[in-house]
Amino acid sequence: MKLDTAKILQKRKKQILELWMKNQLVDFSLREDLMSNEELTVQSEELVDVLLQALSDVNLDDIHSIALTPVHEALEGISISRAKQGYSPRETGTFVFSLKDALLSILQQEIKNDPVQLLEESLKISKLIDSLGIVTFETFIKGREEVILRQTDEIAEISTPVIRVWDGVVAMPIIGTLDSARTQVVMESLLQEIVDTSSNIAILDISGVPAVDSLVAQHLIKTVSATRLMGAECIISGIRPEIAQTIVHLGIDLSGIITKATLASALRHAYSLLQLEVRKSAVK
Amino acid sequence: MDKIPILKIGHFLMVAIQVDLYDRLALNLESDLVQAVSKTGARGVLIDISAVSIVDSFMGRILGNIAGMSKILDAETVIVGMQPAVAITLVELGLPLKGVQTALNVEKGMELLQQKIQVTEEEEPEE
Repeated sequence: MKLDTAKILQKRKKQILELWMKNQLVDFSLREDLMSNEELTVQSEELVDVLLQALSDVNLDDIHSIALTPVHEALEGISISRAKQGYSPRETGTFVFSLKDALLSILQQEIKNDPVQLLEESLKISKLIDSLGIVTFETFIKGREEVILRQTDEIAEISTPVIRVWDGVVAMPIIGTLDSARTQVVMESLLQEIVDTSSNIAILDISGVPAVDSLVAQHLIKTVSATRLMGAECIISGIRPEIAQTIVHLGIDLSGIITKATLASALRHAYSLLQLEVRKSAVK
Repeated sequence: MDKIPILKIGHFLMVAIQVDLYDRLALNLESDLVQAVSKTGARGVLIDISAVSIVDSFMGRILGNIAGMSKILDAETVIVGMQPAVAITLVELGLPLKGVQTALNVEKGMELLQQKIQVTEEEEPEE
């Protein structure tokens, strides 16, 4: 006699859900702070619905069947939302794998008297859930990567502020490594600020740049040339002794560029270019 | 045929490029401008490119050419009002326009030209 596993499971849907919820609720990885139990129940119910629906028209032997697509989609949705909410991989994994326990114990109750059949069906179910677990993980990591990418963009934006130091003088402190993408952001925002404030002098402070190699130097030279093309003068300040050493050792020619050791001396140079003078006021 | 007007202001010539330059127009501008410099004996040329949003290597070369030719005819060239995107493009193309003076806007460009001309005029009587 051939047993229809899908039908059995469909019939016992309610118990499966109950059992699964029970498994999830007793597990120590339950995160009530991130999701209420009601929400969790709704999420689980949806998944069980979709899964059992798909099982009825799919051959259990074929875990790559197209009929499983809705299940994958549902899992991907859950997994991505969990990644963004800050669930750990273990918690997300437990969510899926605890379903296997529920399914298997129901199966055990139903096919009590045929061990061979039970083993066969259990293996199939377990294989299916494992593949679903892999899908969950893949999407979970993808979701996390999205979060990381977004954060990288945010860092790139907040770390390049342009400061108006004086009338006609803007400064830009660069913190962190300069790569091509960041140079682009630095150049664009600096040049735009020069246009907006019609400044004559731009100071590029690199005291926050951990290391300067030939690529970074090339980016700096590009920025300076672009500033010159706009009709403004560009001063590079904040060059630490180690950076001066590497620049000379690498044979990078910065002779065409005004360089200063500190922001203060860059500002002094800017004042002299603007024919301004800073003086102590007379003692009253 | 489009033509870019060349205006004479005192000792200087002023060109405001208000349209995107296509190659033919740029070549015409180059020859017109050099003619005008020699005819008027202008001491400075001011080119306003604030309305130019697209630039290519040809355009970069033309600007360099104009500066070089004017220099031979004893006139300083100042390019003013370059857009950030244009500046970035020129740098990325490897055309930092060495030898061309730049200024942020027409006003500052004028100031720069006047300074330059004054310096040379002061020197001249000593010769």
